Amino acid sequence: MDHSSLAGRIFRGIALSLVLVFFMFPIVWILLMSFQTNEQILRIPPRILFEPTLANYEALISGQLRTAAGNLQIEFMRNLMNSFVLSSASVILALLLGVPAAYAFARFKFKLGETIAFTLLSFRFAPPLLVLLPLSLYYQQLGLNDTYFGIVWVYQLIALPLILWIVRGYFEDISPDIEHAYRLAGHSWREAFTRIAVPLAGPGIAAAGLLSFIFCWNNFVFALILASADKQPVTVGALAFVTASGIQYGQIAAAIVLSVTPTLLLALYAQRYLVEGLSLGAVKG
Amino acid sequence: MLSIHNVDKIYHSRGKPDVHAVRALDMEVKKGEIVALLGSSGCGKTSTLRMIAGFESVTSGSIALAQRAIHDLPPAKRKVAMAFEGYSLYPPLTVRENIAFALKAQQLSRAEIARRVDEIARLVEIEDILDHHPRALSGGQQQRVSLARALVRDADLYLLDEPMGQLEPQLRAVLRGRIKGLLAERGMTAIFVTHDQTEASALADRIAVMEDGVLQQFAGERELKNRPANLFVASFIGEPPMNLLDTAVTPEESGFRLSAGSDLAFHISLQTLDVMAQQTLAQAQQIKVGIRPQRIAIGTGESRLRVVSNQWLGDQSHVAGECAGHLVVAVTQGKVAARPGDVVPCTLDARHLHIFGADGVCVRHAEAR
Repeated sequence: MDHSSLAGRIFRGIALSLVLVFFMFPIVWILLMSFQTNEQILRIPPRILFEPTLANYEALISGQLRTAAGNLQIEFMRNLMNSFVLSSASVILALLLGVPAAYAFARFKFKLGETIAFTLLSFRFAPPLLVLLPLSLYYQQLGLNDTYFGIVWVYQLIALPLILWIVRGYFEDISPDIEHAYRLAGHSWREAFTRIAVPLAGPGIAAAGLLSFIFCWNNFVFALILASADKQPVTVGALAFVTASGIQYGQIAAAIVLSVTPTLLLALYAQRYLVEGLSLGAVKG
Repeated sequence: MLSIHNVDKIYHSRGKPDVHAVRALDMEVKKGEIVALLGSSGCGKTSTLRMIAGFESVTSGSIALAQRAIHDLPPAKRKVAMAFEGYSLYPPLTVRENIAFALKAQQLSRAEIARRVDEIARLVEIEDILDHHPRALSGGQQQRVSLARALVRDADLYLLDEPMGQLEPQLRAVLRGRIKGLLAERGMTAIFVTHDQTEASALADRIAVMEDGVLQQFAGERELKNRPANLFVASFIGEPPMNLLDTAVTPEESGFRLSAGSDLAFHISLQTLDVMAQQTLAQAQQIKVGIRPQRIAIGTGESRLRVVSNQWLGDQSHVAGECAGHLVVAVTQGKVAARPGDVVPCTLDARHLHIFGADGVCVRHAEAR
């Protein structure tokens, strides 16, 4: 590093800035937009300097959307809450089901094992709309349409394969002999699973959980079809800003900022696990 | 104490032929005995160990430990301790905790656990790393911790998989002695897997030689050397390996003449052969004989050895040469003044010959001494 020439260092600085701008600009622009009125946003050319307003946030939090055509009721805060409930419940359920399943796939060879694992993964291959059509018919018959449980269930299509395949790799990286040593000392395989295997695969489980939380949070189409207004997450709720009197860019930007914040905070908090989990691989015996 | 009866292990895997790892294994280990499972890799020794520990099921047969049939019990109920080849220490815990961990299930007082950990740590020389985490240790240190974790427990049987493979030679010799002392003092029964003959001879009371899933011979070190059961044991045990020669058999008055070449022939007297050996020789035209390098005398005798190489190892000479068309190795205690190309006299005495039947079974052993 220290030996590089001045030109090299300048070039690296420019390259880094380019990458940074490429990735950060949209986020920064959204943040700026969220403090502007629709008129300020649509002004050409756009300005970096403006008088910030909190009106967008105020509208979202109070649920009153003032447009040229009159006042509109929006349920943004409820949508945010829905997103939170649906994503958390889905990830918890997927962890409860997926982690033991991942362990089974990693440790035991059984008939059709690979086939089942691959089938679970293949849920991710099919276009969601293809799955949704028959699913919505079944859901209507079963009475699962427009229920939290129904949506959490369908979110398993997103979360479960992800957790299963990521965590399985972590379990496979742990030497089975570590568990064997524990079991020889007088413990059952169940204890070996909960006390040895799960803690050792912890970073991997955290990473998989976080990723599937983000995927569930960002899902749009499942909830669009299967949920009505009071159960919709933010992704669907944001449609409300496309109103008869135009698109409310300011509110959309504020809504994006608010809906990104929880996942961003979670990711920042779990960054340590994420980096360790996704790059290093699990502990070797 | 441990009795393994007619155990078979077959690994099935889809799309591949079955692997018959252990075949019809019968073995009795007495209480307080130290047994080595010796063989090259893939001979079934580790499979055997893991079947005793309970990580592999037996395909057929039975295993009993202290009069309890254990082959269907989960590992936790077998009262077996094991040191793994890959160490398998628990990474989040320190060395001390790793060793104490093994004692948790025994419900001992805290003071007693500490006393035992310290005692075993002294024995394998890891007192100074007790508070380190496994990741910070070298392979040899981890191996000693793994050994300590197994030996610290109260178990009916101790299984050690390549227990000293990673240690430096001096330390290995010291630890061998100490561990043998500990096992003997407490009357512990142990089985260990190794591919190192020296280690097997140094540590074990009896050695089970395995090859291709079959127990070839189960005996003490001296017996394996002097009375090998078959061609495999004869060539596997001993350093350098036994010289094997093909000979032509011709019946003679009061015995047989085994001719290994133009100027190398042996007279085997009938008196030194039992009935089976006599039959084998009477029916054979060709037969394999073996002679230990230590039994070939250099410098005297009728036969001629054309020297190919002559190495002085500091305490013995290894002389390799060509004798009647066969490459043989001789070991002598003193230096031999011969250069490659020289021809020296040598003696291969018929009394020192092991004779192997066509199926490899040794039908006559060399006379001891």
